[in-house]
This record gives sequence, structure tokens and C-alpha cells, in this order.
Amino acid sequence: MSARTEPLGTLSELRAALDAGAVTSVQLAERALARGAELDARFRALLFPRRERALEEAAAADVRRARGEARSVLDGVPLAIKDCIVQAGEPATAASRILSGYVSPFDASAVARLRAAGAVIVARTNMDEFAMGSSTAHSCYGPARNPWDPERSPGGSSGGSAAAVAAGIVPLALGSDTGGSVRQPAALCGITGMKPTYGRVSRYGLIAFASSLEGIGTFGRSAADCAALLDAIAGHDPADSTSLPEPPPRASASLTGDVSGLRIGIPRDVLALPGASPAVVERVLAAADVLARAGAKLVDVELPHMRYGIAAYYLIATAEASSNLARFDGVRYGLRAHAPGGVTEMIEATRSEGFGAEVKRRVLLGTYVLSAGYYDAYYRKAQRVRTLLRRDFERAFAACELIAMPTSPEVAFRFDAKADALSEYLADVFTVPANLAGVPAISLPCGVARPEGGGSELPVGLQLLGRPLEDAAVLRAADAFQRLTEHHLRRPAP
Amino acid sequence: MPSVSREDVRRIARLARIRVGDAEADALARELGAMLGYVELLDSLDTSGVEPTATVIPLATPLRADEPSEPLAADVAVMNAPAAEGSAFAVPRVLGGEAEG
Amino acid sequence: MSFEVVIGLEVHCQLRTRSKLFSSAPVRFGGAPNTSVVPLDIALPGTLPVLNGAAVELAIRAALATHCTIHERSIFARKNYFYPDLPKGYQISQYEQPLATGGYVELAASEGAARRIRLTRIHMEEDAGKSVHDGSASDTLIDLNRAGIPLIEIVSEPDLRSAAEAAEYLRKLREIVRAVGASDADMEKGQFRCDANVSLRRAGATTLGTRTEIKNLNSFRFVEAAIEREVQRQAELLESGGAIVQATLGYDAERDRLGVMRVKENADDYRYFPDPDLIPVVISAARIEAIRAALPELADARARRFAAQYALAPRDAALIAADRALSAWFEAAAKQPAQPKSVANWLLRDVLAALRERDAEIEHVKLAPESFAALVKLAEDGAITAKNARALLAELLWTGGDPASAIAERGLAAVSDAGALGAVADEVIAANAKAVASFRAGDEKSLNFLMGQVMRRTQGKADPAAVREILSRKLGGDEGVTP
Repeated sequence: MSARTEPLGTLSELRAALDAGAVTSVQLAERALARGAELDARFRALLFPRRERALEEAAAADVRRARGEARSVLDGVPLAIKDCIVQAGEPATAASRILSGYVSPFDASAVARLRAAGAVIVARTNMDEFAMGSSTAHSCYGPARNPWDPERSPGGSSGGSAAAVAAGIVPLALGSDTGGSVRQPAALCGITGMKPTYGRVSRYGLIAFASSLEGIGTFGRSAADCAALLDAIAGHDPADSTSLPEPPPRASASLTGDVSGLRIGIPRDVLALPGASPAVVERVLAAADVLARAGAKLVDVELPHMRYGIAAYYLIATAEASSNLARFDGVRYGLRAHAPGGVTEMIEATRSEGFGAEVKRRVLLGTYVLSAGYYDAYYRKAQRVRTLLRRDFERAFAACELIAMPTSPEVAFRFDAKADALSEYLADVFTVPANLAGVPAISLPCGVARPEGGGSELPVGLQLLGRPLEDAAVLRAADAFQRLTEHHLRRPAP
Repeated sequence: MPSVSREDVRRIARLARIRVGDAEADALARELGAMLGYVELLDSLDTSGVEPTATVIPLATPLRADEPSEPLAADVAVMNAPAAEGSAFAVPRVLGGEAEG
Repeated sequence: MSFEVVIGLEVHCQLRTRSKLFSSAPVRFGGAPNTSVVPLDIALPGTLPVLNGAAVELAIRAALATHCTIHERSIFARKNYFYPDLPKGYQISQYEQPLATGGYVELAASEGAARRIRLTRIHMEEDAGKSVHDGSASDTLIDLNRAGIPLIEIVSEPDLRSAAEAAEYLRKLREIVRAVGASDADMEKGQFRCDANVSLRRAGATTLGTRTEIKNLNSFRFVEAAIEREVQRQAELLESGGAIVQATLGYDAERDRLGVMRVKENADDYRYFPDPDLIPVVISAARIEAIRAALPELADARARRFAAQYALAPRDAALIAADRALSAWFEAAAKQPAQPKSVANWLLRDVLAALRERDAEIEHVKLAPESFAALVKLAEDGAITAKNARALLAELLWTGGDPASAIAERGLAAVSDAGALGAVADEVIAANAKAVASFRAGDEKSLNFLMGQVMRRTQGKADPAAVREILSRKLGGDEGVTP
């Protein structure tokens, strides 16, 4: 079924149109919201559209542009932010009932930077509750759906942001990536999604799930668009003690298109891990060849501890989450359930009613992992394994500047396909290592493949990982690939 | 595979202030058992002498100057409160013996 | 059965910073609920902690002043539990790698060597908010103004052996943290709170008995009283064959009674783990040395210096040195030309007595230390009798003024002129024949009586030694009379 509204273009297309006077920011904001509303029933990508305020901000951007005072390349451009990134005066629920009614009195630092750049946030996006999931099926608002096939997941946990960009509702969106939550939805939705180096973008204002692993990431239709968005939000923030102190290089300025001499590591042992679909692996290797033909050099590398990544990840992430989510108790904000008895009964009732099943599972697992008698065997062990994996990367990156591998072992899966929680976790095998090591990583479309059970072809994501702090290098390689190929230009029907 | 009992689940749920009914406790016991069984994979890794990762940032925690900022206005502090009395958060009575754990 | 009392104390002491430990909200006492909070203090989603450098410095000062080992690298850990006045559902504290370990506090012994009370550790942590039980209503009210205020927790080894010793340790510890400016330690404002762990064991035993914990004692008197109550309770229980159950107790000061807050069946599971938002704290050895170099002189060191520099007895030196302001006053006085030892003696005897009488501090005294020293010298030189000098001092302390002028104005100058005294002596001898006869008959005490009469007639201005000498001579006997 064809939509009445038109997809919005890419950032560069919109920028050109705005600068040429062919369209106004107000019109763009209206179009984004209209398309989001029209596609809501189908994809449920957006949450809490903020029409009135967005139009005010868009109007202000139009005035600035008329005066030649545009603040940045994002000035007047509509975008959306994941529901776990807070914005002053707006609801922030992390797709959870336990935060129903919550309005944040402050801006996330990344949001403050976006507003300073003149970007117009038109809405929030759907996600797995508290970013726990790889499907966006675990949202209290109902799942977001894949624009390529609504019966299938857009991935998670930033599924709403990915779907919004893939469906042409907005050209750009922010997500968060704890174990792949930006890269995997990007892969499944056929768009570009990037997780920066840990600490590159401030976590202040990101509703915490797993503090040592996560960060805000960028979605766009191209690496160039992601680079522009990253430039706007990256940088040291004194409000975040884990924020990198050095000012980041401007990624947009380093997109030379040149890959000659670039060494790209191919981890054969990783590609042989169980679960990776042969079609996916084949597309990824083909993509590596494209880069090789353009002057890059493919080298074999080993990441022997990658197969332990999921286990280490889930122990660390759930432990941190169990602590980070302890503040949701019905005392100071959000949902408060009523139960006979005193405050303990109220807190228990609130958390039992307010958290979804997946969140409860992970909070309980995390509580268990930290509990007396298990801390050393589980949590500390996992942190040691993490050290081993970081050493793997250090060794590999001595021989190459980038490492290539699939983002997801399979293409977009059907909602009814995941049998149990554990099998959903196993799909994160290629993405969690970058979070464990804190390195930058991007997913970009590199072709299509048919799903295992048959059906029409669906996007495949190529993942490129870079050395710590080398966000610009990762974007440069991805952008170079996109100059040589057209996979990123494919859109789902309408 | 480590066995997680219904009692284990209840104990953990109490620590986490989440109520679980019997059926839910049994299901969770199986799920947690399966997950913990999966992570047993790590037991085969020799990590003796390997330092646990404290942070992936190769730095020390930054220190902030001792400058007080403007506090929130009282009405903003309680603006999201499910129940407030004046500028204080109101909760059902804290009954005896509930503190800590 | 004879029991040994074993006490360990945990003191939570608020650091003297202007903003909180991890948030920039102002540190204030009192004020309407939730008027000293920023989003982090209410644990709003998305907030993050940033460590206050001044808190670290003050914590290090306290740790250095108690001879602790400072660890250049320490870790903040989350202590996870649920309580309405703990907004994040965890307290940021320190667990496995605290800021400081080891250390000790020395208590002056009445005789023999000073007693060392060892410290286990000093670590930093944030304070919790306050729960107020609204009398009439069924609600508890939560005020988070206090949430996030920086604390150091000072943990002693179970080295204390009596309630009185515990109180003395606390007084000393409080004076130390105040002396280095780490804390105002105002107990009424809850800035210095104590939990006491109390157990008994057979005299001579080496293992520890089961202990109970008495929480939140905020005055020295209550600490002593509560511990005494608990020791009594445990002794009675053990003597009758019972066993101590590990429990947390609260002390009701009004009724001088302990009540059980909680019975600890199993240890609390706080699930400590390093706080991933904070990454390790690293303080360079150079920075620690700089803090050490900037520390003010502490009481123990000052006492040793006083003993050496002013030739004071160690006990006297310790008494003066214990109070910083008093020490400063003393040293200003000791600079003047009177014997420092005399100055010290008069200070300890007369000035302290006057302060005690009015429940005052040395800061309230109006007499300048230099003038005090001058008065002491005048007395030592005999320009005024000791008795009159002491009476004058008692007055001048509160009015201020110049002693020499006061002596002249009031005609207090000692009378030691032999002629004048001789005349008065003659009068007294003539008027007291009975006493004169007694003395000549061998009754020494009668001389004192006659001396008293001379003193009276001279309004106490006569130098007693001179009076004795003149009377003795006039009563006819140099032999056998001690001048």
C-alpha cells in the first residue's frame, strides 16, 4: 500500500533545498510529522510528537536562515530522538510504563547541542523498554515495525529511530547503543547507524541501562549524514565523568573517499561462529572486496575471545542495569502503584506493574550476578573476560585500521520467530564486542539477502570497527564504500 | 547447568523489590537457569592474573571545583511526584524494620 | 563472670564543602524540604555523578591527621539497597579500595603511655536524605536536602574498652577533624554521627563475642549512656546463660533505653560493585604531600612542642594544646616577660576555672593575653599579692583592661614597705594579747591568726612572706621561726 506522504530526503538533499529556498524548515517539520502520523499504525516508529514546539523552532530557524545566520548544517532540519534521551519539558519514558507521565526538567547534553546547532526535534522514537532488547518488541507502546516488512522486527533497541529514518519520516535520528542497539537496527532497516567511541558523546541525559557499555549513536541515510550528526553532538562534557576530555576531530571534514593503503582486518574465526547466515557472510565478504579493489588491503586477524562476548556482555550489562533501575520506585516520579501496606509494598507493586517481562528478567539476572557469593564467579569473571577481548582488539589493530564483519547474523526476523530470551541475546554476537572494548563501529547497507525461511530480500549490514578514538576513520571508510556502491540508496516501498 | 530454585528467585526478587507469583517464579527460575547455564561457557577460560576491566577510558575520574550551583525551585523538584506534601515527597508509611536490604 | 567490654565505633562525619559530593547543589542545613537539590540528588533519569575535588582534599586531611595510609588509587562502589530516602536505590560509597586505611587516634592516659585506638579505614561516601514521619497522617515525608552531602566514614578497630573511653575517643576525633578544617562536626546539626558496635567476652578471651550495633548516636553523653546500657544488658543476659542475638538497636535518650530496630538474621546483601559512572579516583603522591604540608599543627604535636619549648609538664601541655584557641591565647601570653610555666599554671588554674564557671570559651574572654601575662608577672614580682591578683584576674577576664592601671586605681599595690608593715604589726600585736601569748607559748597557729589580722588591716595588700617575717621578729624570736 502506497503512502500519501513522500519520504523526506537525505540531510544533504534537505540542506540543499533549504538553502536554495525550495522548502522551509516549517514545511519540513510539518512533512515529517505528517508522514510519521500516517505511518504510525504501520510502523509505530514515533512517540510523543511535539508539533507546536517543533514548528516554533522551525520558524525560528527559517528566520535565521533568511538572515544568513544558520547555525550549522543541521539548522532547521527535522530529526527524532530515542525515548531514553531526555529533553527539557518533554516526556521521557524509555518505552516503559514505570515512567508514565514523567517530564524531564533538563536537556540531555546531546540534545542541548542539537538545539544549539538549530536542529528541530519533532518527536521521540519507539524502543525496547529501557533499551533492553534487539527487536523493539519489548516496548510498552507495542512494537515498532520494519519498513521493509511490517511482520518483521526493525531490530532493537533503537528500532523506532531506525524505522523512522528508513521510512523517510526524518533524515536523521539519535539512538543509543549498549550491545548493538544502533548498529543492528540500522542493518535490519537498510540504513547507516554508528556507535562512537565510548565517551565520545556525553551520556548525561541518557536514561542509563548499562553505564560502562553504552552511548548515544547516530542514524542517517549515509555515513556522511551520520558524520554531520556526530559532529554536532560529540565533545567533552563536564557533567559526565566518563566523557573523553579531548575535543574530537570533525568527522565531516575527513570524508576524503580515499581508502588506498587502508588495512581492513577480516576475522575468519568470527565469521565461522554458529548462527551467522551464509548469505549474510557472503555479502559482507563481497563488500570487503569492493574496498580491496578500491585500494584497501585485506588482512587476516584473530579475535579469539569474541565467542565469549555475549556471556560477558550479559553479565556486565544486567548487573549494571539492576542497579541503574533501582531508582524507579514510585517515590519521586513516574508510576506509583497502590498496594495495601507500607512503602515496601508500594515499591514492589510499582516495579512489578511498571516493568515489562524482559526488563524484570534482566534486573533479576543482574541482581543474582551481583549477589553475595556470586560476584566473583560472575561479574568479576566477566570483567576479566572483557579485558581479554580488549587485548584481542589491541593486537588486531596493530595489524589493521579497521575490522570488518557482519552486524547481525541474519536479516530482519519475524516477530514470532524468537523462541525465547536467550536466543534473542545470541543475535548480538557481532555487536557486543565493540561495546565491551569501547571502540567505534558503524553498520552500513552492503546488499540484500533472502531470510532463512524464505521471502523477499532484506537488507544486510556491513559492520566496520575502528581503533579507539578513530571515529573519523570509521566514517571515512564507510563513506568511501558508499561512494563506490548504491546499497544505501535503496529504500523500502513507499 | 546451575539450578535456580523458586526460592532463589524469590530471594532475588525480594532484593530487587519485584513481586513474583508462583508460576512466574518457576518460569523465571528456568529462564535464569538457562542464561546462567549459557554463561558457564566462561568457566573454561583461564583468567587468572587478568585484571578486571575497571573502565575502557584510560583516565582517572575528573574532579569538580567546589562551586555550588542554583538548586531546583521546590516546585520543580516535586513536579513529577506521584504524591507530595508541600515540597516534600510523600510515601506510604515506612514501617519498622524495613531499612536496608 | 568477669567480662571485657569490646567497642568499635563508626563515625559518619560531614565534610566542610560548599557543594555536595557528586552534585553541585549547595550544602545547607535546614531549609524547606527539597530546596537544596539538583536533578542528580532526586535521581532523575539520565543524571550522572561528578566528584567534588574539595571533598577529596578534606577527606585526605582527616586521614593524614589520623596517621592513615592514603591510597593513590581508590574506587567508588555502589551499595545497593532500597529505602525511600535513598533516591538512586544505591549509595555511592567505597568498599574494596577505600581512600585510606590504617591510622590511629591517641588518647592521653592518666599515667603511662598514651593509648592508641587503631582505625580500620576512612572512606568517602554520600549522605542519604531524611524521612520524616508526619505524626498525624499516614504518610512518611521525604526531604532530599541532605542527600548527597559528602561524608567520611571513620571506622575504628574494636580497640575501645569502656563507654567512657569511647566518649573520649569521639571527643578527640572530633577535635582532629575540626582542627584540620575537614568538618565543623557540629553534632546538633548531625554533622558527626556515631554508630557503636558493642560486644562482651570473657576476660582473657581472644575471639570476639557476638556484637550488637547501636545506631545514630549524636552526642557524647548519649554515646556513653547507650553503651553503658547495652553493656549492662549483655552482661545480664550472658550471666543468666543467654546468648546475644546480632541486632541493630536505637537509643531513646529521653527514657535512657535501647530498642531493637532490626534483628539481623543474615548479613545484608548490598551487592557492592565499582560505580561505572565514576572510574577510579587517582591522587598523586605529590598532591597528598602538598596537603600534608599544608596541615595545621595538631594537638598532639603541639602538646609535645609546648612541653619542650615552654618546659611544661606533659599533662599540662596536653591540657592546653587540646584546644586550638586556648593554645593561641597561651602562646600570645607566653611571649611576654613572665615565666611561661607561671603563665601556664595561672592559665590552667584560674582562667580555665573561670571559663568553666560561665560555660564559656576562650574566645569570650575580654582580657588580652599580653595583659594576662603582665598581671602574672606583677604577682610573681610581689607587686600585688597572689590572692589579690587572682581576684583581679577573675574580674578583668570579663571586663578587659590594663592590670597595672587597675592595681593603681584600686590601691591594690602590695604593701611590703617594712616601716608601714611594722606599724601595722605593732597595732595587731597590741590588740591581740591572747594570741601573742599563745604563740610565745609554742602555738604556731596563732602566728597565722596574727598574720591574718595584719592582712585584714592592709586589705590583703601586704606580702604574706614579709608579714610573717616582721611578726616573727617582733614577737621575739628569730630562733626557730621560719620566715
